[in-house]
Amino acid sequence: MTASALRKPAPKPPLLEVSGLSKSYGTQVGCRDISFAVRPGEVLGIVGESGSGKSTLLACLSGRLQPDTGSISYDMKDRGPVDILTLCEPERRRLARTDWGIVHQNPRDGLRLDVSAGGNIGERPMALGARHYGNIRTEAQDWLQKVEIDLARTDDRPRTFSGGMQQRLQIARNLVTRPRLVFMDEPTGGLDVSVQARLLDLLRGLVRELGVAAIIVTHDLAVVRLLADRLMVMQRGRVIEEGLTDQVLDDPHHPYTQLLVSSVLQV
Amino acid sequence: MSAGTTMNHSDNGYNFAYLDEQTKRMIRRSLLKALSIPGYQVPFGGREMPLAYGWGTGGIQVTAAVIGPDDWLKVIDQGADDTTNAVSIRRFFQTVADVAVTESTEVATIIQTRHRIPETPLKEGQVLVYQVPQPEPLQKIEPRETETRKMHAYAEYGAMQVTLYEDVAHFGRIAKTYDYPAIVNGRHLMSPSPIPKFDNPKMENNPAIQLFGAGREKRIYAVPPYTSVRSLDFDDHPFEVQTWKGSCALCGSTTSYLDEMITDDRGSRMFVCSDTDFCNTRQAEAASAPDDKAAGEDA
Repeated sequence: MTASALRKPAPKPPLLEVSGLSKSYGTQVGCRDISFAVRPGEVLGIVGESGSGKSTLLACLSGRLQPDTGSISYDMKDRGPVDILTLCEPERRRLARTDWGIVHQNPRDGLRLDVSAGGNIGERPMALGARHYGNIRTEAQDWLQKVEIDLARTDDRPRTFSGGMQQRLQIARNLVTRPRLVFMDEPTGGLDVSVQARLLDLLRGLVRELGVAAIIVTHDLAVVRLLADRLMVMQRGRVIEEGLTDQVLDDPHHPYTQLLVSSVLQV
Repeated sequence: MSAGTTMNHSDNGYNFAYLDEQTKRMIRRSLLKALSIPGYQVPFGGREMPLAYGWGTGGIQVTAAVIGPDDWLKVIDQGADDTTNAVSIRRFFQTVADVAVTESTEVATIIQTRHRIPETPLKEGQVLVYQVPQPEPLQKIEPRETETRKMHAYAEYGAMQVTLYEDVAHFGRIAKTYDYPAIVNGRHLMSPSPIPKFDNPKMENNPAIQLFGAGREKRIYAVPPYTSVRSLDFDDHPFEVQTWKGSCALCGSTTSYLDEMITDDRGSRMFVCSDTDFCNTRQAEAASAPDDKAAGEDA
């Protein structure tokens, strides 16, 4: 660790830096006093049981919820670190559409079901001003290939796709603008195990190939084991343990993490 | 549009042009706002009119708000002056405002229209009032109005382009033929009401004032004179209007919008101008021309 740190004189500044983030719903605590940083290309996993504040945290980070206190600093491409909570709404929406991706647990939330697969992928480029049909379509098909969807399905509506295909299409739709940060909420939830494995394989390839940073919220430890560099464990709205993924999973310190790790079924 | 909107002659008891003066002021305020933000949908307190929703309650309220005793009113429905909707609205204003009515586009100062823009070019000082069933062009792609308002506010119109993409993907061309979305003044996306896309280019830089009224949805929007109205398209699939192989069977026009008419039950058909005033004028000109029909062809 120290040797590699010495060889790299200037570590990359964090892409996203969160400090003292809290959000409560009345007296009910969503998440409390959360601080962490994500560097470019890093994949951060957030695990915890239902109701531990994972989704609240993700919604706050991706601008869908307004936190009560704290700051979220994001290193914007042309402006440097900016507290996204102070950005005005059009800027925040633009950021979410271009430099970020949001992969929802249910692909129906993230896709336009009445629009063909090609149109779904083309929406972001068109929102950024792409006006050449041929180019938009080529780019869309390029992405369909990357997420292993048959090109013959380009003009089919996602309604007719299987759950796994819908999820892959949602990922392609988000990655087409080459975002630098992707938020994923249970990306493999609701998929059967073999489809999960393929999706994880695909995600791992894409994340490594494109060098995007990702924040993955899940309750599935296998997902974070495969994808995440670092791991945060949450319970009752607080982060109770964090560290490198292997370190946390192989040598859990907090009793709750120990419980979590030991409750995974071994087949 | 003179200001002297006094009480109508006493026998029917209605205020001039049916609406009370406060309502007309409210609508005029909305119209002024609409004209100052071209293409922006201004909410207004739409009134119940003695007409079913979908028959032009929005247009009729806008006309009532701008009409004065000196105006000449023309009402068209699908280009025709003699269809039910046009006749009943024209008769309505004859009754409640006692204004002069005309079928001539040249003479009219206010033209209320459903589904067409007249072929005869409009002039400065004329007002074109559109009847709009659905003012929100984004509604089909985004049903939440809270969201469409934000999309308009932040000029996020990528989703509209997606609908055109879908057309090209499924049909090989942009298949939308009416209510073709357009960007007004380089800023707001506007539904031009269900006019054929043939008429979209006529909105661009038009000297007349174009007012749009949606009665059920209670929205007013406008295109001021000489404003840019750009129809959406792709670089490699540019905007095109409809064309016909033949000419109008009655007046021989090759430049107007043609309707297909079935003439018997053995499949005979003919194409005639949808704009009856335009067609009649050309026929009259051809009849009065000294000799051959060729004079009519060039007119």
